[in-house]
Amino acid sequence: MREQSRTTRLGLRVLALGYLALLLGIPVGLVLYRTFEHGAGAVWSSVTTPAAIHAFQLTLEIAAIAVPLNTVLGVLTALVLVRGRVRGKPVLEAIVDLPFAISPVVVGLSLVLVYGRTGWLGPWLTDHGIQIIFSLPGMVIATVFVSLPFVAREVTPVLREIGDEQEQAAATLGASSWQAFWRITLPAIRWGVAYGVVLTVARCIGEFGAVSVVSGKVAGESETLTLLVEKRFGNFDLAGAYAASALLALIALATLLLMTRLNPRKEGRP
Amino acid sequence: MITVESVDKHYEDFHALRGVDLEIASGSLTALLGPSGSGKSTLLRVIAGLEVPSSGRVILDGEDVTNLAPQQRGIGFVFQHYAAFEHMSVRDNVAFGLKIRRRPKAEVKEKVDELLRVVGLDGYQQRYPSQLSGGQRQRMALARALAIEPAVLLLDEPFGALDAKVRAELRTWLRRLHDEVHVTTVLVTHDQEEALDVADTIAVMDAGQIAQAGRPRDLYDAPASEFVMSFLGPVARLGGGLVRPHDLDLSLEHREGATEAQVQRVVHLGFEVRVELLPADAPAGAEPVVAQITRAEAETLELQAGDIVWVRAPLGQVPGVVAA
Repeated sequence: MREQSRTTRLGLRVLALGYLALLLGIPVGLVLYRTFEHGAGAVWSSVTTPAAIHAFQLTLEIAAIAVPLNTVLGVLTALVLVRGRVRGKPVLEAIVDLPFAISPVVVGLSLVLVYGRTGWLGPWLTDHGIQIIFSLPGMVIATVFVSLPFVAREVTPVLREIGDEQEQAAATLGASSWQAFWRITLPAIRWGVAYGVVLTVARCIGEFGAVSVVSGKVAGESETLTLLVEKRFGNFDLAGAYAASALLALIALATLLLMTRLNPRKEGRP
Repeated sequence: MITVESVDKHYEDFHALRGVDLEIASGSLTALLGPSGSGKSTLLRVIAGLEVPSSGRVILDGEDVTNLAPQQRGIGFVFQHYAAFEHMSVRDNVAFGLKIRRRPKAEVKEKVDELLRVVGLDGYQQRYPSQLSGGQRQRMALARALAIEPAVLLLDEPFGALDAKVRAELRTWLRRLHDEVHVTTVLVTHDQEEALDVADTIAVMDAGQIAQAGRPRDLYDAPASEFVMSFLGPVARLGGGLVRPHDLDLSLEHREGATEAQVQRVVHLGFEVRVELLPADAPAGAEPVVAQITRAEAETLELQAGDIVWVRAPLGQVPGVVAA
């Protein structure tokens, strides 16, 4: 009996680890292996081409706009969802989850339908000399859309858990809602916010589908890292694709490490 | 002085307060006592401004504060689960209200240290709430509420989350603190012993209304209803009326106005002895009547299960209370 349960346990472990290795470990490991197959020099020259540097900068630029936007909006949404006395909370909650449910490609296409040259707002935008699709604003909007839920989803349960008594206590001590938010609520939810921000950063940097549709993919102009990887792969520049992928993986790794360091359990106090 | 005038509070499908009128004297320690759901916490939160009454008025020291936010009422509020600011040290917790009021640093420090001395947390300034016991957290919460020198101190089941021993200690301590600080204090509790122990006025609440308000002794001796009587202490039902178990008089012979009963169980509780009786005229399956007598009495009567005794309530001892 005991032997059997040990075998089962061992079997389950092998299954879980094997699953992870096949789907995650081996592919990512192979990318890194292939990247450095021909030495670091080749990698360096491949990630320092003007197109690659621009793609890297553009990717960070989009993230730098989308992440703060979604952080503020996400915290606000979570506050409304948990503390707000509004009707239709289930509807709002469903809307927050919408970007998870809709395929990014569809998000991109729908943005074209609204902001594109022949789109719903297109003529008005053209008249005023504003270009959204095939330029930075469109890519930012697409990225904001797909990375919208993370902060709100991370902060909502934390807000529920801490309850509103601390805020009420702050109110009886004379704090305005604004003071109570900055001095009490925000410090209490900071780990949730931090975790949400890290996930948002990862999503923004890795986004492909929606950005692909609205970018126009002009090298050195509207090409992000993920798009660069796809282009190089399509052009049979495998070494170049691997190098760009490795750069993406590196950014992701850095974000994840940051998240582990932010983990509150590592701290002595909450 | 706190005046509550015909306050009603409706929630969506619940009538929490029904025309509550109450006056709380300045400098008093008043307990709002009642079972859960009786509206006592809601009334306290209405006084604090954390709930807005559906109708009626709240007047603090002559000023109508019904439409004022809690920030502007000059109240201190203590929550059952402490509501400690977990990310702040004990010092910062207590200093919070003073910092909001932009008091000079030196003054804040002096005041905080003094308050922590008063509540017995001197030396704990640098600790965090998670490093304190429940009783210590609640004393910190009290210091925090007192720091802003509130006109009124409101305590919502402040000792409800603590174990029995700490609870008894803290309420003795609270009584002493009140005698020192003299701030008008309202305490919500469902524990009649706690109310009788600390309060100089008790308002008993039942189903969103004040059932009776007055001095603890008056309420105990002259309860206005069976509800008040049964809530303020143990009761026994005999011949259709309610009596206190220790007022029941047992004898082995028949006496004027006594009821015949059979002893079911005799329990020795140290100095007191509890006798469970089944009156001869009780319907089948009725709860036994519990009488409380002294050990000396029990020894004189030599009671044993199965004995027949005569039990009576002292006449005229329980004015105003009769069976409905």
